[in-house]
Amino acid sequence: MTAPSAQFVTTIGLEIHVELKTRTKMFCGCPVAFGGEPNTRVCPVCLGHPGTLPVPNEKAIELTNKIAMALDCEIAPHSIFHRKNYFYPDMPKNYQISQYDIPIGSRGSLDMEVGGESRWIGITRVHLEEDTGKSVHVGGGGRIREAEYSLEDFNRAGTPLVEIVTEPDITSAEEARVFAQELRSILEFLDVSDVRMEEGSLRIDANISVEAPGRSGTKVEVKNMNSMRSVFRALEFEEERQRNALMNEEELVQMTRHWDEKSGVTIPGRVKEYAFDYRYFPEPDLTPIEPSIEWLRQLQEELPELPIAKRRRWMEELGLGPYDAQVLTSSPGVSVFFEETLEAVKDANPKQVANWVANNLAGALSDTGERFSDLKITPSQFAELMDMVASGEINASQGKEILSAMLLTGTSPGSIAEERDMRQVSDRGELEAVVDEVISNNAEVADRIRAGDMKPFGVLVGAVMRATQGKANAAVVTEILKEKLGAS
Amino acid sequence: MSELWQHTAGQLSALLGTGEVSAVDVTESVLERLRSVEDDVKAFITITEDEAKAKARKVDEMRSAGEDPGPIAGVPVALKDIFVTKGIRSTAASKILENYVPGYSSTAAARCDAAGLPLLGKTNLDEFAMGSSTENSAYFETRNPWNLSKVPGGSSGGSAAAVASGQAVWALGTDTGGSIRQPAALCGVVGVKPTYGLVSRYGMIAFASSLDQAGPFTRDVRDAALLLDAIAGQDPKDATSLPIDHPSYAASLEGGVDGMRIGVVKELAGEGLQEGVKIRFDEAVSVLEKLGAEIGEVSLPSFEYGIDVYYLIAPAEASSNLARYDGVRYGLRVDGEDIVQMNSKTRAAGFGPEVKRRIMLGTYSLSAGYYDQYYGKAQKARTLIIRDFERAYGEFDLLVSPTSPTTAFGFGERTDDPLTMYLSDICNVPTSLAGAAAISVPCGLAPEDQMPVGIQIMAKALDEPTMFRAAYAFEQSFRGRDSQIFPELVSR
Ligand SMILES: [Zn+2]
Repeated sequence: MTAPSAQFVTTIGLEIHVELKTRTKMFCGCPVAFGGEPNTRVCPVCLGHPGTLPVPNEKAIELTNKIAMALDCEIAPHSIFHRKNYFYPDMPKNYQISQYDIPIGSRGSLDMEVGGESRWIGITRVHLEEDTGKSVHVGGGGRIREAEYSLEDFNRAGTPLVEIVTEPDITSAEEARVFAQELRSILEFLDVSDVRMEEGSLRIDANISVEAPGRSGTKVEVKNMNSMRSVFRALEFEEERQRNALMNEEELVQMTRHWDEKSGVTIPGRVKEYAFDYRYFPEPDLTPIEPSIEWLRQLQEELPELPIAKRRRWMEELGLGPYDAQVLTSSPGVSVFFEETLEAVKDANPKQVANWVANNLAGALSDTGERFSDLKITPSQFAELMDMVASGEINASQGKEILSAMLLTGTSPGSIAEERDMRQVSDRGELEAVVDEVISNNAEVADRIRAGDMKPFGVLVGAVMRATQGKANAAVVTEILKEKLGAS
Repeated sequence: MSELWQHTAGQLSALLGTGEVSAVDVTESVLERLRSVEDDVKAFITITEDEAKAKARKVDEMRSAGEDPGPIAGVPVALKDIFVTKGIRSTAASKILENYVPGYSSTAAARCDAAGLPLLGKTNLDEFAMGSSTENSAYFETRNPWNLSKVPGGSSGGSAAAVASGQAVWALGTDTGGSIRQPAALCGVVGVKPTYGLVSRYGMIAFASSLDQAGPFTRDVRDAALLLDAIAGQDPKDATSLPIDHPSYAASLEGGVDGMRIGVVKELAGEGLQEGVKIRFDEAVSVLEKLGAEIGEVSLPSFEYGIDVYYLIAPAEASSNLARYDGVRYGLRVDGEDIVQMNSKTRAAGFGPEVKRRIMLGTYSLSAGYYDQYYGKAQKARTLIIRDFERAYGEFDLLVSPTSPTTAFGFGERTDDPLTMYLSDICNVPTSLAGAAAISVPCGLAPEDQMPVGIQIMAKALDEPTMFRAAYAFEQSFRGRDSQIFPELVSR
């Protein structure tokens, strides 16, 4: 007896960890950075030496409040830190300062669009904690129990970390990916984190269970998803695995599974036989966080326009298509670049600019793996290029060529066009002479067109373009040809 | 003239200020006394003779160069070995930190140094401050200078004994549930447990974070005020240190107790007291009355739960605070087959039985399913105790009780019975749980054993000035003996 797949219900909840982009660590003055020589950004406090005490980083509290506000959370007027107790060698105090029953933000939601439909995903909580160090277990398959020895790097220990937990409102791998991307853009717009999954400043874990009629689901935790793509692939794999198990009446076990990017499967980890007892209790070394109403109001005012609002506004006000709007709001870099270009253009219209930024420019960057923040060119240089295209001074393919050169050198489009003698020729007198020559060289083709056969028309346009090294204004050439050959 | 080491810090400061004596003279005199009686008293885990002399020279150089090293500069101090000191072994009297040399100093130690106090050494204590007799030190027992066969009290027994025997002019201790006041009473010196948050906890090896507080041991009340002035005040490294400008306590001594309302706490001053303690305490109260204080009795029923509440909260916090001693980064490491085994072998070898007992108690009371019943309930009872205090301070300016229900007891007398040992602090824990202030002032010797008795004067949080005023007035009119006469260091 098997259930048709349409009757399966997938339930996914995400747990996201975000390393905040503060200058210093959560509870000490050590700098926050990625990588580096092991144990070079440490001090007695973040190494958990005897007698040391945590002093909270005000900036981290501010950024966590911003995240909570952007996710429409209720902000706790009196939130406290707790100690989460467990032994692990990369956790210097053998407890993590975290939050428990009163997080900074709770009961929020994230508004997103999947396939043109609006979806609200509930946010259970947004809380602030400290990150651990990193362990390398050498030998024994990298597991702590069997390792020959373990190396500990505490550079990351104490980095401010925000945990965001969603309600189990997500129903597919695709929704999970859209959620993760939307959240990442929000965090980028808030300028609170580097959100680099490959460096671990954004980490996503998922809980997924599939139910069939009459058979309740089994919660499986999926870890080690190191890119947006692997979030999608891992959850799709896991959904399929659970469906198959349900169809084959196999037993599913509550466990943690690790996504293996290379083989494209989730690998079983530890079976959760017992719940960890973290012995949470209020952190006696810290006082409650009690933000004033004025301070919260000020933070609220400082919040930037969030990507989804910007996207909707641009579609409505500028008439952008959904794809362009999506690309242009995927990061603050691209969106600011677009906005500043729009302010600087004279002739080009917003849709044209959007199209160029979202396709040609974003495409070129994704080829090289660069970010908008790495761009050599300025929005005003790009605006100049847009105006040259819009006014017919150059044609689209010249525009693309100039853009490639600009991205390499950072020089202005005008000077590149001049250097390469790429001004588009729109002068009728100049072009008529070339057209006449092309007609006489292709008499046979010209006759067919005169007889009403428009198929080879492009051949003549192409010949004129070649004769002018691509500089001819194609629209003007077409016009002259049609006149001369009496075509319409 | 008497020896320099016999003087109080106040007296020495005056002599140093006029240039009659040098800091080196004072320090050498104290060090000589320290060495000559250390075999009897055994107050010190580490003696820092070179550091003390170097600091004394520095203070003298400043004075001769016309610079002002501060009002108490040059008076040597001892620190309980729970204050970490840069470059000087800091053990908490535990094997797990036997060779631990910190790269930073506690704020209290740094403030002593900034005040120009030469450091004599680090004094003995119950391991991680867990105990009431200093018998839980992993190293050795410290003896009570009034009778070497008795305990000095604890956990700050080394500091109390050092001050009582003249091995230090003054010393710092820490008080979590009586660890300054009780040994001060048992050794016949003054001990102050300041308001929670008044002295920074940074660099004080944590036992129970919500209760731990540093304070002075001295030979008179004025010295206690002087030393507290030097170490109190907000510290950016301790988020729980209070953001206040404290008044000068040394300037708060005069004024007397005339018209002051002083309440005797019925629950702490009635049943269960040793006879001589009761006698001396009652006498002390009548001295206060003669000085013009209005004496009344107050019943604070919640105090009955003090010890229970304390032994749920303090071990819970301790179980977490002591988790960091795992052999990974510093301190003792006992190798094991894997890291998990290394952790447990290290902790099994490094911690003594009382520490293990409290870690287990605390772990249990925080465990899922027991939290509400134990830790959660204890926090509620703690609130009741705070309310009882508030009610009492509506009627009275200060509260008094004996500091300890008994005088010093013999070695081994209570070690087999933790509960009786825990009851040693019955008079002290309510103040700790309320985060308020208290001082223990000597009030004579119990007739039956000729051992010191202390009166505990309690004040509401941050009302140290009133507390010092009463303590000073009491001391001035009560003290029959000369502060420069010391116990004979014999066994009886
Ligand atoms: Zn640090």
